[in-house]
Amino acid sequence: MSDNDLNDVEHLACDVLVIGAGGAGLRAAVEARLAGKTVIVISKSLFGKAHTVMAEGGAAAAMGNVNANDNWQVHFRDTMRGGKFLNNYRMAELHAQEAPDRIWELETYGALFDRTADGKISQRNFGGHEYPRLAHVGDRTGLELIRTLQQKLVSLQQDDEAAGEGDAKLQVIDETTITELFIEQGRVKGAFGYRRGTGRFMAVAAPAVVLATGGIGRSFKVTSNSWEYTGDGHALALRAGASLINMEFIQFHPTGMVWPPSVRGILVTESVRGDGGVLKNSEGKRFMFDYIPEVFKAQYADNPEEGDRWYTDPDHNRRPPELLPRDEVARAINSEVKAGRGTEHGGVFLDIASRRSAEYITERLPSMYHQFKELADVDITSEPMEVGPTCHYIMGGIEVDPETASSKVTGLYAAGEVSGGMHGSNRLGGNSLSDLLVFGKRAGEFAAEHATASEPPKLRDEEIAAAQAEALRPFGNDGENPYELQAALQAINGRLVGIIRRAPELEEALRELEALKPRIDNVTAVGGRAYNPGWHLALDLRNMFVCSVATAKAALERDESRGGHTREDAPGMDPEWRRVNLVATLDGGEVSLARQDVPAMTPELLGLFDTSELAKYMTPEEYGPTEAEDA
Amino acid sequence: MSTRTFRVWRGDADGGDFAEFDVAVNEGEVVLDVVHRIQAEQAPDLAVRWNCKAGKCGSCSAEVNGMPRLMCMTRMNVFEEGEPVTITPLRTFPVVRDLVTDVSFNYEKARQMPQFAPPADLKPGEYRMQQVDVERSQEFRKCIECFLCQNTCHVVRDHEENKPPFSGPRLFIRAAELDMHPLDARDDRREAAQDEQGLGYCNITKCCTEVCPEHIKITDNAIIPMKERVAGDRYDPLVWLGRKIFRKGKTSA
Repeated sequence: MSDNDLNDVEHLACDVLVIGAGGAGLRAAVEARLAGKTVIVISKSLFGKAHTVMAEGGAAAAMGNVNANDNWQVHFRDTMRGGKFLNNYRMAELHAQEAPDRIWELETYGALFDRTADGKISQRNFGGHEYPRLAHVGDRTGLELIRTLQQKLVSLQQDDEAAGEGDAKLQVIDETTITELFIEQGRVKGAFGYRRGTGRFMAVAAPAVVLATGGIGRSFKVTSNSWEYTGDGHALALRAGASLINMEFIQFHPTGMVWPPSVRGILVTESVRGDGGVLKNSEGKRFMFDYIPEVFKAQYADNPEEGDRWYTDPDHNRRPPELLPRDEVARAINSEVKAGRGTEHGGVFLDIASRRSAEYITERLPSMYHQFKELADVDITSEPMEVGPTCHYIMGGIEVDPETASSKVTGLYAAGEVSGGMHGSNRLGGNSLSDLLVFGKRAGEFAAEHATASEPPKLRDEEIAAAQAEALRPFGNDGENPYELQAALQAINGRLVGIIRRAPELEEALRELEALKPRIDNVTAVGGRAYNPGWHLALDLRNMFVCSVATAKAALERDESRGGHTREDAPGMDPEWRRVNLVATLDGGEVSLARQDVPAMTPELLGLFDTSELAKYMTPEEYGPTEAEDA
Repeated sequence: MSTRTFRVWRGDADGGDFAEFDVAVNEGEVVLDVVHRIQAEQAPDLAVRWNCKAGKCGSCSAEVNGMPRLMCMTRMNVFEEGEPVTITPLRTFPVVRDLVTDVSFNYEKARQMPQFAPPADLKPGEYRMQQVDVERSQEFRKCIECFLCQNTCHVVRDHEENKPPFSGPRLFIRAAELDMHPLDARDDRREAAQDEQGLGYCNITKCCTEVCPEHIKITDNAIIPMKERVAGDRYDPLVWLGRKIFRKGKTSA
């Protein structure tokens, strides 16, 4: 391609532009297309490779197929408990109510979940879920989800073809990164980006844009996240004038691989524990019984005998503490290692070999068997695994309206991990796949509705030229290599904003981030524009940077410990902080924080909890009025 | 830690050559770790496609010392001490740049094939299937679309002219998956595989099965049964009659 062609910006237009091709983006695209809109999906990777593919355990939905006592109210309650009552209650309510329909719908797209004896979708146990609730396919549920949605998109494209419509009704543009959103008078009107393969730029005009870009995990060195997770959507939203909430809450999954070093951080599914695996320290002690927090004592077994009985008789026994919410388990592992009871490589043991037959393990956990065998020379049917916490998920994200998934910017929607509020301070395993289906659908639906009511926007040449100049800037810089700068950013976050935090360290992190800023501004790309990963990373860095600042600032501000935010210098939950969301916006290029009330639950929803439980989280005036309705 | 020599093909559609890198290798590393180190320290613009680095997304396919493999699942200790490691892009697909190829062939073939047809008489939530019946299709749904099977298949590997009529093993297992789906409403999956996907070009050399990182028995469990049933259905008048009578061609066999 000649330079002239290369400098030609490709102009596209559609009704609904979906940025991100994971579960949330694809589900939004399906909905918007079914509503009759023209849709373009931008995929940072190849179609079908998005991070959703890595989800292992399942999708939580109270279908009641395995335990008929399950219903949306129980799921709602578990979700609020998991999030330590910081969740946007309305999102948690909609999520619990709509998840079963979203799962059943996937079967009509061709998904093949594992089955119960009576032929229904099987459901498995997971941390924090009172009943077996996760629809699954072995331990590769995310792959099933993304493939199903990918194939549904293809079927919609085929329907268009059969109806004599062109390709333009529903397009997936792969290996393309969006670098800017175009905003005019508080409304979104399109986006700018580049095709990775050629480096050619693209401007898409659209009255409605759905952000579904996932998380920020690549800002940490030890992470289960893929390279795409550079906080693009978080940063695009901030720069567009939208707000982020709860950025201090990052989930460290308790069980990532720890050895060999090259695989450190790769996920070991929670299903290992759901299916009977237990955590042991180097002394062989099953230590989780020592870490059951006060708020969960009623639901978790305090001895191994009862915990073990629960697997076969869950109605008469409490669940084992290995299945506490992820934040609790991650902190416990961290404490054991710190106390000198860790393994040789700084983890703890996850043992299913001594608890289940080899056949059971290879049938229920085929990917884990494969992963340890091939990457670590460990046979999990005969030896324990070494595991430790790994950065996995950010609860924080774009502040959205719970019903419509709309951000503060007109026409800009967000769904999936990039949105905030649904999971409060900590997400339960299995609630991510269901979240992205429920709110992906809603985002697609309301984005389509908004597009119907809008005029096709016009992009101005000057704004396109400005976006282009910004994207090309790294080629003219004379600074450092982007890989070094990413390593520097990861080191700051890992050392100072990790699983356990302290005020002086967070202040230090903010100072170091500030010092890193001019270096990132001056990051240099060498080579040409065609498939140049160094250039791509150079452009992603500023997104990682602004997300890191938002997280560090919010983590410093919130001087309590809750869910995915643990302050060693402020242990314990503070009921006053439970009422507060920290909201980040961009003010003159700087991240600024404001406090905002967490929406108060309705009396009907408060009534789903015992007053004694609410008292552990809330101030008396918040739960008082429902005392009379305890029936 | 040791230092190893990596020979990496660099270039684009117009041609290219091997670049040699001496690079540090640590215990337990995979080929992709070393490629990343080359990127970070010696060649920032080295093009390589990858995502999860955990063998789950199927992005980092390449040919390592001549063998089609996922770079993230190829441990460095499979090579002899002192043996140079040579990495080339997938041969069957056009090069974009360095180790990245244009795999759109596979997506075009997927676009052409009829997707799942939901049964008209069942509403969402009413699907009932036995585990033993879904397992056959589930084996094929383990596919991570790394396209190593497509790359290895000799029908297209050195025969560009076969690409238009031939969809390849990835799409044959998709056809088999739908054929074996207990509730798929179409009854012509096998015929379509034969007539539209070019199943007949396959002469079961099993190369695809050998390179599958998910250990899917592509030939034995998908291709051969599809071929047998197409043959059986076509030439056995009783089977033909049965297919006309029973839904989805589920004969008493």
